[in-house]
Amino acid sequence: MENWSLVSVCVLLGLTTRWAVSFSSYSGAGKPPMFGDYEAQRHWQEVTYNLPVQEWYFNTTDNDLGYWGLDYPPLTAYHSLLCGHVAKLINPAWVELRTSRGFESAAHKLFMRTTVLFADILIYFPAVILYCIYLSDGSSKRKVATALCILLYPGLILIDYGHFQYNSVSLALTLWGIVGLGLGWNLLGALAFSLALNYKQMELYHSLPFFCFLLGKCIKQGLMGRGLLLLVKISLTVLVTFALCWWPFLSDPQQILQVLHRLFPVDRGLFEDKVANTWCSLNVLIKIKTLLSRDTQLLLSFALTLLSILPSSIKLLTKPTLWQFKLALVSDEKPVCLMMNELPLMAVWFLLISTFSMLPLLLKDGLLLPYTVTSLAFLYLGVYLLSHQIPCLTDVFFCSNRKGALHLVFLQFTVSLVAMAGLSFTSMVLEPPARLPDLFPVLVSVFSFLHFLAMLLYFNLVQLTEPSSKKSQKKTN
Amino acid sequence: AVMAAPMIAEWSWFVALAFGVSFIKCLLINAYHSTDFEVHRNWLAVTHSLPVSQWYYESTSEWTLDYPPFFAWFEYGLSHFAKYFDKEMLVVQNLNYASPATVLFQRLSVIFTDLVFIYAVKECCKCCREDKGKDLLGKSSFILATLLLWNFGLLIVDHIHFQYNGFLFGVLLLSVARHFQKRHLEGALLFAVLLNLKHIYLYVAPAYGIFLLRCFCFTQNNADGSLQWRSFSPLRLVALGLIVLSTFAVSFGPFIVKGQLQQVISRLFPFKRGLCHAYWAPNIWALYNIADKALSILGVKLKLLDMSKFSKASMTGGLVQEFQHSVLPSVSPLITLICTLLSILVSCLDLCICVMFYIEISPEFLHWCIPTFTVNIAFLKALFTLFPTTELPIKILLMLLFTIFSFSSLTKLFSKSGPLLNSVEVAYLLGLVPLELICEFVYPLTSWQHTLPFIPLLLTSVYCALGVLYSFIRLYLSVLAAPSTTGKAKSQ
Repeated sequence: MENWSLVSVCVLLGLTTRWAVSFSSYSGAGKPPMFGDYEAQRHWQEVTYNLPVQEWYFNTTDNDLGYWGLDYPPLTAYHSLLCGHVAKLINPAWVELRTSRGFESAAHKLFMRTTVLFADILIYFPAVILYCIYLSDGSSKRKVATALCILLYPGLILIDYGHFQYNSVSLALTLWGIVGLGLGWNLLGALAFSLALNYKQMELYHSLPFFCFLLGKCIKQGLMGRGLLLLVKISLTVLVTFALCWWPFLSDPQQILQVLHRLFPVDRGLFEDKVANTWCSLNVLIKIKTLLSRDTQLLLSFALTLLSILPSSIKLLTKPTLWQFKLALVSDEKPVCLMMNELPLMAVWFLLISTFSMLPLLLKDGLLLPYTVTSLAFLYLGVYLLSHQIPCLTDVFFCSNRKGALHLVFLQFTVSLVAMAGLSFTSMVLEPPARLPDLFPVLVSVFSFLHFLAMLLYFNLVQLTEPSSKKSQKKTN
Repeated sequence: AVMAAPMIAEWSWFVALAFGVSFIKCLLINAYHSTDFEVHRNWLAVTHSLPVSQWYYESTSEWTLDYPPFFAWFEYGLSHFAKYFDKEMLVVQNLNYASPATVLFQRLSVIFTDLVFIYAVKECCKCCREDKGKDLLGKSSFILATLLLWNFGLLIVDHIHFQYNGFLFGVLLLSVARHFQKRHLEGALLFAVLLNLKHIYLYVAPAYGIFLLRCFCFTQNNADGSLQWRSFSPLRLVALGLIVLSTFAVSFGPFIVKGQLQQVISRLFPFKRGLCHAYWAPNIWALYNIADKALSILGVKLKLLDMSKFSKASMTGGLVQEFQHSVLPSVSPLITLICTLLSILVSCLDLCICVMFYIEISPEFLHWCIPTFTVNIAFLKALFTLFPTTELPIKILLMLLFTIFSFSSLTKLFSKSGPLLNSVEVAYLLGLVPLELICEFVYPLTSWQHTLPFIPLLLTSVYCALGVLYSFIRLYLSVLAAPSTTGKAKSQ
């Protein structure tokens, strides 16, 4: 079979899976008064369509920030505006100011799901395909297998097409940034990542690696000559992108401050919704919530986050290759997709963990069936496809081909899987004891956190050991 | 164990295909389901709650039992598992009961019974010729397995619309596979069982019977491959007859004893229902009806016919009723039957030769599968009109998936025999795209949507009927024109 047909088959399988998941429920379905993220996105369409730009981030009579106020950067707002215009054409009742709150119908669900699919097809899928074709090693079959595995990553599918989000847009823009930088189109890469930052502020996690990679490239080209020119061009690109995105808010410093205040709600604290992070897990052992003041908590959080990505970023600065760049990026879970080609077992493992970590949220949304099916499918196909592409899964530790190390890793992988399956099953079926009503979400959180910590250490280790394999000899663009 | 290991590795791709399609089926559990869902739920209830003597008399629900007894027993067997999911679905009075547990059970039952289909496909793949040295994606067994397991028509009809066609088709495929494996008696048994599961396969029975007669009852061929009349084995014929008769006896026996045979037959063959079920089955009758309707409208306009004489139930009204054709001679069910039989008999004798060639996957197979492929696409396009808009992307995606894969792999497989389809066929298939666009998107926005709502269905039906007809004609022509070089004939 020719490559184009193989790629088409992968794309179609990815799209089919996404749309099949979209039949399921969304967050906050039928749950007044607040509903969920689905209603939030619909509300943003209502706000951006009906109100002038100056009022989007402010608390006014028409815009109650307490009811799903905008808390993403302007690009999300513009996207919502576009969707709002389309919604108005189809059915004005969907975006009527104030009266459309809590609007739910089959047609509306179809519309909302379609907007996600549209964004996916337009931005995410091309990025993935380009990445796999041009920035991956191996035979064309291996590239296609990698693409299929990335496209079938359950976490993204379940959140975007189940819970309801537009995560694929920001991830896609980041991926375009990576593709740009990888292929030597530095300005495009900088532009794409700036757009990603302006879509979701969470991309700040990845900003340090991007910055260090670009700076490293400039330094390599000589800070006195071409490097300086490149640095200036990149800076200009970033500045212009930001300026264009924030254009309506630039006239008034109050506006800028208010937007920033919405983007970084430092009042809200770190323990919102028991998400899998260091704090929730640590809190089990040391009651940080009560021990430290809120400001100290924030400072500590910021410091630790910076610390976790600092070593890899410094390494990247000195050695700006694509490989180092990818390693630096994977401090966050989603870019682990990028490791699918080089470290398939690790990639599949950690992506499964990241999906598992969202289990409490998915159960709340009634996404039990898609979660089970997509996770099992991902595990099966990942292990099957990738084990057939690689003679043996010894590409786990570069340094050793020792059977013992490999067996140990497989054992750990199996134990981890069994634990995940067990925890999933108990969360779904059993009732927690009355004294510990949050037992299962906390267990899931701690389990995931431990794995994420291990993943961070592992990738830092890989970066430091610097094997003399072909991967370290990638061209520096 | 030493032999098992390479065999497991050899079939791992098959397991992957089977799992892959099963995962997609599981994801479709929450998709739209049609009235057929209620039909089968009703049958579960009827067979579980009522004694056998009442199965074919029960009519609380409009969806009365109209499949042969083995299918009723099949539903009875399923109902024993159903009670662990939701007892309420087994109450006959709970019409249109569709709790989440009910939906889950019924969907899972289709997915599980598809195991028969998967097994049958595996048996067929074993009969494919060995492709040594080819990579996996080019092997004929891989292509066959994918085209069968991932058949998007089957996926859509079984796992969205709701049917057990995968299971039934699996039994048919298994019986065919058994014939290739020279286990003719098993094959015959399986086919007899199939007829008692769904009687629509009677269409295939004449061809099947002739094939068995030719290949099993006549034990030897002449040197040039033609029939050796003296090698007829009455013993074998008797064996076949015994198998078929005993199967039917087990199936219908209880009802004959109770004197209910008449009732059962009337349920199975509701000729009163008419042939043109209002959803425009794309077959020759659709074309016939178009002609009739067109002529009647013309007749009225030209004042040749009197409107008041026409019967009320027009074919376009969307009701399943008996009707009379307005202008052309009305077609009674009997005539339909005879026409169908004649058209099948024309190619029956040579069909078995074609089937024997199948094993070789020679160019003859090409002619057999291309019309089948076209028929698949055209016929199932007609089914598209049955689904709500939410499922539209799924239908399109699955169809594209199937089409791209088929084209790509079949082209590669038969690259030496020239292009797969001629330009007319390509144009026809491409024409499905604008047709779909018009029916789904453009037409609803026009003013005719309210006055003439049946136009999209009509257009689709006619277009597909043309495709189906063309494919059938091509198939028959290619079969009749197939050279009788049966030097490779294997009935030794």
